[in-house]
Amino acid sequence: MQPFRKHTGVVVPLDKVNVDTDQIIPKQFLKRIERTGFGEFLFYDWRFSGDGKKIADFILHQPRYAKASILVAGKNFGCGSSREHAVWALADYGFRVVIASSFADIFANNSLKNGLLTVRLNDEQVAEITRRSKEIENYQLTVDLETLHVEDGQGFAATFAMDEFSRHCLLDGLDDIGLTLQHEAEIGEYETRHPVRPEMKEEMKDLLAR
Amino acid sequence: MPPRTLFEKIWDAHVVAAPEGQSALLYIDLHLVHEVTSPQAFDGLRTSGRRVRQPLRTVATVDHNIPTTPRGLPITDPIAAKQIEALQKNCREFGVPLFDMDSADQGIVHIIGPELGITLPGMTIVCGDSHTSTHGAFGSLAFGIGTSEVEHVLATQCLPQKKPKTLQIHVSGKLAEGVTAKDLALGIIGQIGTDGATGHVIEYAGDTVRGLSMEARMTLCNMSIEAGARAGLIAPDDTTFAYARGRRFAPKGKDWEEAVAGWRTLASDSGAKFDRVIEIDATSLAPFVTWGTNPGMVVAVTARVPELNSFAQDADRRAAEQALAYMGLDPGTPIETITVDRVFIGSCTNSRIEDLRAAARVAKGQHVNPKVRAMVVPGSQAIKRAAEQEGLHRIFLDAGFEWRESGCSMCLGMNPDILQPGERCASTSNRNFEGRQGRGGRTHLVSPMMAAAAAIAGHFTDIRNWRFQ
Repeated sequence: MQPFRKHTGVVVPLDKVNVDTDQIIPKQFLKRIERTGFGEFLFYDWRFSGDGKKIADFILHQPRYAKASILVAGKNFGCGSSREHAVWALADYGFRVVIASSFADIFANNSLKNGLLTVRLNDEQVAEITRRSKEIENYQLTVDLETLHVEDGQGFAATFAMDEFSRHCLLDGLDDIGLTLQHEAEIGEYETRHPVRPEMKEEMKDLLAR
Repeated sequence: MPPRTLFEKIWDAHVVAAPEGQSALLYIDLHLVHEVTSPQAFDGLRTSGRRVRQPLRTVATVDHNIPTTPRGLPITDPIAAKQIEALQKNCREFGVPLFDMDSADQGIVHIIGPELGITLPGMTIVCGDSHTSTHGAFGSLAFGIGTSEVEHVLATQCLPQKKPKTLQIHVSGKLAEGVTAKDLALGIIGQIGTDGATGHVIEYAGDTVRGLSMEARMTLCNMSIEAGARAGLIAPDDTTFAYARGRRFAPKGKDWEEAVAGWRTLASDSGAKFDRVIEIDATSLAPFVTWGTNPGMVVAVTARVPELNSFAQDADRRAAEQALAYMGLDPGTPIETITVDRVFIGSCTNSRIEDLRAAARVAKGQHVNPKVRAMVVPGSQAIKRAAEQEGLHRIFLDAGFEWRESGCSMCLGMNPDILQPGERCASTSNRNFEGRQGRGGRTHLVSPMMAAAAAIAGHFTDIRNWRFQ
């Protein structure tokens, strides 16, 4: 996983609440079996009309936000479907950070596994960043995961919270499967105490290796 | 030991390790797998040279993108076909049991787990699908995960997890005739919002919940995610045991008796503390219809589309305005005057035998409005067979409904079952998000009875006034 330490980038405001993962990446793009290449389909139905033409006034298509790498949005960002494709699409498009007043649980977990930082600020702070990113040309923020600090160098600064373990994993880009496997002894012992039920062993045989 | 909630009992029983300064490592009893969220996870295993740690705790099926036309027909979408082939190949390579397209037990992953007795009380269950919360109806801790976590569970049978908070939703009173578990779920989400339970595991309790059938409990737990919950669960009881008993993968004989004795301890202790408690009066609920683009945008069928000035928060008012523009509705429109073009009865929320019986009761002796196209998609092959044995398919076909093969179908429109732009649909599914059932499609979430009634009337109508034949 790509580590995240500190990032400075242009902020684009997506001034909507409850942005669900069906909007972030519509279902017709979930049939791909790769993990890459989802960026071009990000917010597809908002970015492109039914006949595939670019919707020029959608916020991501405005030239001033072309290089944006920080997305700021309303509460409950990433709700709905568990599709990790939503995070892959955001990251592939070039986003490193999403700022919102709240995130759906599964989306936040998925982000963590892909080095996409979700920064939770309060409603007033989100509103202020949204306002500044609309009014100030080339508005940038610096997000520092080591100090848990966000600032724009022009008067806005905030701190955010993140549990220590998630922060540690992101900072070092840790392979958390590797971390879990460090507990091989405990897992093995648990499995000895809780074996697979006999019905699962017997009945599942028919379903294997056809 | 201090009194514990049901959730805490299941959690405690599955903690493999609790390393200092890290999330707890939770053992996963059952991992359900489908074609859409797994290919990248299996690829990850191949890249890192890892195997599936517990193939017999892993169960796969195809449901999301398969057609609901007769099974012998080829899959016309080459990308969907490739994804299904990838799952077949991955299951063979990693030794994972698969209920394939042609299996007599194929069905929506959240339907077949319970139906086959694979889902049982007290388990930890995950799946790369947010509606995994369905299995909580059995008193299991069941939650949706992303593809990286799918890979994690395939490789380790464990997941590092932050402990969620607990929310008890206590429901009391009798649901009126025509008011179903779907309406209870929509009523709760309408009250607490689509982020009302974020970070929490919901335990549904109270005499109303005790009185629900397993099918109804699954509908209720299924919709927990639409309130943002990590999971939703209900303590197992005699209703649960009667449902699970004798199913193909359920314990038998002495093992069954021992299992039940253990499951009887799975209830929140008296005096157990929840982080939050919400009380719901079931007698105050009506059949609900969503008017907007998330499940929290919902009113009783007898009500009107809300006025914009009824929203206190600026962001909510703008969201409602955008939703109504998308839905092609004006504020103040009486719900019962809204006409529909399509009706979908199906999905992991409402495609079980009881749902089909309820819809058939409405459809019996009636005819689908000539302006409406209505389809019934059973949740599994077993449900389809059971319904056909009871003659439900005859009732639907005679009334002009399409009777199709099992799968997720128009709930998310990954297969050819989609809405055309501007089409309005009464749907028994779980999400009315923009474009969910097809780009430009307008989804209204309702119960199976309300959907069947809308198909016949051509518009939403209060099922409580229905003249059954």
